[in-house]
Amino acid sequence: MPATFTRHPAEIERKDTGIGGKPPLDRRPTGGGGDGDNWDNRPQGRRGPRELLSRYRLGILFALAGDLMFFVALVSAFFVRQSAGHFDARENYVSDWHALAVPPILWINTAILILSSVTMEMARRQLFHEIDVMEEWLGLGRPAVKRAAPWMIATVVLGGMFLVGQWIAWEQLIQEGFRYNSPDPSSHFFYLITGTHGIHLLLGILALVGALAALFTLRRVEMRQVVLDCTAWYWHTMGLFWIFLFALLAFFQ
Amino acid sequence: MIEGRTRLRLFTTDHRAVGVLYLLLALAAVTVGTFLSLLMRIHRVWPDTALPFFGVLKPEDYLALVTMHGTLMIFFVLTTAPQSGFANLVLPEQIGAREMAFPRINAAAFWLTVVAFLVLLAAFFVPKGAPISGWTSYPPLSAVPAAGPGQGAGMDVWLASIGIFCVASWLSSVNMLATILGERGAGMSWTRLPMTVWAWLVTSILTLLVFSVLLAAVILLFSDRHFGSSFFVPLGDMVNGRIVGRDDGSPLLWLHLFWFFGHPEVYIAVLPGMGLATSLLANFTRRPVPGYRVMAAMLIAIGLLGLVVWGHHMFVSGMNPYAGTAFALTTMAIAVPSTVEVLGWLAMLWGGGLRLKTPMLFTLGFLSFFIAGGLTGPILAQPALDTYLHNTFFVVAHFHLVMAMAGAFSLFAGVYYWFPLLAGRLMNEGLGKLHFWITVVAAYGTFFPMHLAGLAGEPRHYERLTGPVASFSGLLPLERGITYSAMLLASAQLLFLWNIFWSARRGAVAERNPWAATTLEWSPEKRLSRVNRGPYEYGANFGETDFCAQWEAVTKQE
Repeated sequence: MPATFTRHPAEIERKDTGIGGKPPLDRRPTGGGGDGDNWDNRPQGRRGPRELLSRYRLGILFALAGDLMFFVALVSAFFVRQSAGHFDARENYVSDWHALAVPPILWINTAILILSSVTMEMARRQLFHEIDVMEEWLGLGRPAVKRAAPWMIATVVLGGMFLVGQWIAWEQLIQEGFRYNSPDPSSHFFYLITGTHGIHLLLGILALVGALAALFTLRRVEMRQVVLDCTAWYWHTMGLFWIFLFALLAFFQ
Repeated sequence: MIEGRTRLRLFTTDHRAVGVLYLLLALAAVTVGTFLSLLMRIHRVWPDTALPFFGVLKPEDYLALVTMHGTLMIFFVLTTAPQSGFANLVLPEQIGAREMAFPRINAAAFWLTVVAFLVLLAAFFVPKGAPISGWTSYPPLSAVPAAGPGQGAGMDVWLASIGIFCVASWLSSVNMLATILGERGAGMSWTRLPMTVWAWLVTSILTLLVFSVLLAAVILLFSDRHFGSSFFVPLGDMVNGRIVGRDDGSPLLWLHLFWFFGHPEVYIAVLPGMGLATSLLANFTRRPVPGYRVMAAMLIAIGLLGLVVWGHHMFVSGMNPYAGTAFALTTMAIAVPSTVEVLGWLAMLWGGGLRLKTPMLFTLGFLSFFIAGGLTGPILAQPALDTYLHNTFFVVAHFHLVMAMAGAFSLFAGVYYWFPLLAGRLMNEGLGKLHFWITVVAAYGTFFPMHLAGLAGEPRHYERLTGPVASFSGLLPLERGITYSAMLLASAQLLFLWNIFWSARRGAVAERNPWAATTLEWSPEKRLSRVNRGPYEYGANFGETDFCAQWEAVTKQE
């Protein structure tokens, strides 16, 4: 059985049979399991409708934690490199770090990426809408998928726009004479950070396209939820990483 | 027909099969690594003797051997076998799970590791051979292709291999963490986890945190080599008569990034052994683990402290001396939880009914090496002492005892202990004991004299002791002894291999729970309804037996 988020008051009302109230939640009508099987003390655990979803969420959480450390390493390298310098023949401290003014288009890109997170979240929520999910679960078409798909397509388009925007930013910097291998360390870092983040986002777009295909092909509702949910968390995290990385590039040069 | 079956078995997602595959991979790596180390040992004492595959070794070939030996042993043996190998064998059973959380990701991680292994071995066959900058690959030597033979294509291959390995470890640890956190069976609360699971939990967290950093460092280094950046090459740096440093890159940055990975890596290698030692000592002394919660907490403490001690590898690197003091403090602090663990083990031994089976012997060997190698740790943690000892064989002796031999002995202990699970037969006790005694004597014979060589000032990474500068030729007799001992150590492992092959076919048939153990991998039923008790209920009187296994029903409790 799939997990759902929304719960309409009407549905809760419906469960109340009116002939003695709701059955107690802490007892299952199984008659007990015998030897030492104490249902009351049984930990809720991760069994039940959310078992699959929480397993995959745990996985994506850890995967992203590892990914976070990748960017942490790059950012700490940024700060170390920034403070590295040398003493010249006259004992003057010389630093070769020149602050790089980021192209203004990055502001627009950032706004686009935030907007894409909004559309992503709209798509994700569709798959947990109780009535639609129940219809899907009962095999009455795929209303949740049909509602989510336009939002996903919008996210792909916005993500593509972000990447194109980053490309334009690179072009502008190259026009001004900053290349990856120009002797300026701040330009190494600009390309390195935007580049690795861009690769992550490209993978996110591929995952979204894959998820879109999966929504129409996967047979289990639970798996459809898992696919979109994990893609969405990945997407949100990349958006969050970008906000921090952008702040680093824009204000901590 | 048979081919189809083999393929099914190779690309399996069954955790136990993946575990066996990991152990086989580690066996392949350890065979190559040991062979390389023997070549090094022979070359050190008979530098003009022609060696197989290499002929008369050139100095750079010696450094290539050092590099490849270290990389193979650290990454492909001590990282894969204790964590991925053993955890895949028994972790799901030990926590009462049906299978891993992500069996396919788990299998994919294994095959990526295989790819990394093959790529690494390819370094021997590219033009100019394997890299020579050691398993730590310090720049600028590693950042400049012209820095030496093997630093061109060989170094690129090395970087590719390590990059793939990082991704594989990341996938593998995601699976482990999701399994331990999410897939525990009913009743398997945190305080009912066997200590091995605690250890795998900590090592998985460490793996997740540090391998990504290594991946970032590898990418930066690759960029320095090929894309014209200079993260690690300092200004005016001169290599082979050419100035290669264009701006203020910092080799120290690599050292920080690398050792932020490299030191936790040591704990990734040895923590599973500590967890296994705790379980095995409880079993073979028939006593509960004293202070279970403290022992588990200390494993976590070692893991956490292990993340903040990396600078003790860098005392002589030109790092700020005040930073050195801070790292010396954290390093000595890590002796505290380690000592708590050791005291816990000794407490189990004290008056425990020792059953000296082969797994127990190897656990005691682990304990011995962990203490013997650990005691030189606080010495090397002093910046002043380390300045003298850092580049000598003293350090080689230290980490070969505390990491390599302790790690290897825990691997042996695990194989002897879990063999019945896989083969349904016990390994031969007589051969096992012979293997243990030869190995323990030869291991001390190999690595203990290195302390003396190091105190005498013998530098590591020198290709020969004789020649124009003869200051260390007085150490040659000692070195010869080490080499003979290393040969004995390596050949004793043939006994182990023979024991495995022989016992898998002819060994004594094992009952379901041959060691009278309590943890769930020995449970007779495949599916458990519920876990009712802690992992180490030994020693008290439980009816006919002196233990109460985790799968026993609650009614059996007094």
